[in-house]
Amino acid sequence: MSKRIDVSGLTAYYGSHKAIEDISMTVEPRSVTAFIGPSGCGKSTFLRTLNRMHEVTTGGRVEGKVLLDDEDLYGHGIDPVSVRREIGMVFQRPNPFPTMSIFDNVAAGLRLAGSYKKSELSDVVEKSLKGANLWNEVKDRLNKPGSGLSGGQQQRLCIARAIAVEPKVLLMDEPCSALDPISTLAIEDLIGELKERFTIVIVTHNMQQAARVSDRTAFFNLAAVGQPGRLIEIDDTERIFSNPSVQATEDYISGRFG
Amino acid sequence: MSNAVAAEKPASTLQGATLPTWSPYAIAGGSIVLAVLIGLVGSLDSKVQWGLIAAILFVIGTYVVAARIEGTRQAKDRIATSLVWVAFLLAVVPLVSLLWTTISRGVKVLDVYFLTHSMGVVGDTEPGGGIYHAIIGSLEQVGLATVIGAPIGVLTAIYLVEYGSGALSKAVTFFVDVMTGIPSIVAGLFILSLMLMWDMQPFGFAGSCALAILMMPVVVRSTEEMLKLVPNELREASLALGIPKWRTILKVVLPTAIGGITTGIMLSVARIAGETAPVLLLVFGNPFINNDPFHGAQASLPLYIYQQFAQSAGSGAAYDRAWAASLTLIAFVMILNLVARGIARWKAPKTGR
Repeated sequence: MSKRIDVSGLTAYYGSHKAIEDISMTVEPRSVTAFIGPSGCGKSTFLRTLNRMHEVTTGGRVEGKVLLDDEDLYGHGIDPVSVRREIGMVFQRPNPFPTMSIFDNVAAGLRLAGSYKKSELSDVVEKSLKGANLWNEVKDRLNKPGSGLSGGQQQRLCIARAIAVEPKVLLMDEPCSALDPISTLAIEDLIGELKERFTIVIVTHNMQQAARVSDRTAFFNLAAVGQPGRLIEIDDTERIFSNPSVQATEDYISGRFG
Repeated sequence: MSNAVAAEKPASTLQGATLPTWSPYAIAGGSIVLAVLIGLVGSLDSKVQWGLIAAILFVIGTYVVAARIEGTRQAKDRIATSLVWVAFLLAVVPLVSLLWTTISRGVKVLDVYFLTHSMGVVGDTEPGGGIYHAIIGSLEQVGLATVIGAPIGVLTAIYLVEYGSGALSKAVTFFVDVMTGIPSIVAGLFILSLMLMWDMQPFGFAGSCALAILMMPVVVRSTEEMLKLVPNELREASLALGIPKWRTILKVVLPTAIGGITTGIMLSVARIAGETAPVLLLVFGNPFINNDPFHGAQASLPLYIYQQFAQSAGSGAAYDRAWAASLTLIAFVMILNLVARGIARWKAPKTGR
């Protein structure tokens, strides 16, 4: 079900500005990989290169290779729309479609992107909402607008929407930064369950969160403002947080970072 | 007792003298009385002068009273408030006056007979007759213009916001701006020159083409603004689900903005419904009922109003008909606006729980 991602020599630009430079790493299937690092170091940019969302931004451009189970996402003739069906994404701020009901929000990916059978639709919606731990809270008001939910519920609705299309990989860009601690806990628990089925990559500013949810952690940094961001190291989370091999990682994690 | 308690406390630095809430009304009443007195004493004939004097007295009076009692900062606040009120009244008085004149003069001959009969056998100076032919003409011409202008306008706006970048979109934006400034008579002359090239006689659809030219830039502008208001996050959320860009626009972006887009289209329809010049050139006017917009001259409401005034040689019956037609036109535009508001409210993104 879930797939492995191999990145090699990846460099991304915004127009002429080089945002990240020469990043290589491997993301293992059925695991959670966390990206940490200071603001502006390119974590989110790198995440967006993994499902070709980077090029949606004006001037966005990518060099290098991203292999999804040996298939290069930036290869010749690859359709970015198909890539995004395989690699789903959850954003920093909850963004349910305001014109759609809760049901329609979850069904949107199937209805608008893929082929589906009408009879299966409500099963998929129920399964996805259960998968996102939201079913019990919304099962009586599936036809109400999704924007009427609380922030944490909206974010879980967005996760349900993302997993409804059965992607192989789920990218999460600071999914908890706009949420309170209780909603954050609900989403972290959910990530633990979801990694049985999906490869998960999560960007976070919260180092405790990275330590709690991830199997592997990657530390990004930039030499100076205006310089491109780089991958400093990637290793098992335990090792990164106890005995990192690079001094900069230890400085950042222990808060001695300027 | 309470005074004694207050005296023991140290003076508050947060509390100052405040005018009572009825003071603006009192100042307004006072300045009106004073203005009437000045008007009577100075024997000013025009009531407009009285009103302007009252407005100036109100603004000055508010400032002086507030400055003496509350201090200069509050006085500036109050002078801004009173200026806004005066500006509001200056804008509303002509509007109410216009509506009142139109309604009081228009209801005289406005009845079912008037709405269901044409001017076919009625001379311009005689009483009787109606505007059925003009209503038919207006509905057909404006309807056809909307069918042409609204889709082109909306599609242009979609191109500019969702796809456009570089020289072409800059050129399109520039020409839309130029089109906004085209006087309606020039749009009429443009179509007229085409008609003359092929030696055609006036007909309703020619008017529709000129009206569509006038309508398009308005639709483009309003739709563009509405599409820009749709948060980029929604587009990204949709794209990240693997939904193609065209379906994202069709199913996510347009539904989110549909209320505003509809309002924009309705407002532009209201604008072209009152155009007289291109209709006069291209549709010509016709006292008989002509249901076919593609053959022969037609009438339209604004053209009817103009012709009743211009060709009646001072006949009271024609003036009455013109006022009644004006009232019908205002009601038509009014209904369109109400419908637009209804659609906007109905389609607006829902926030309820």
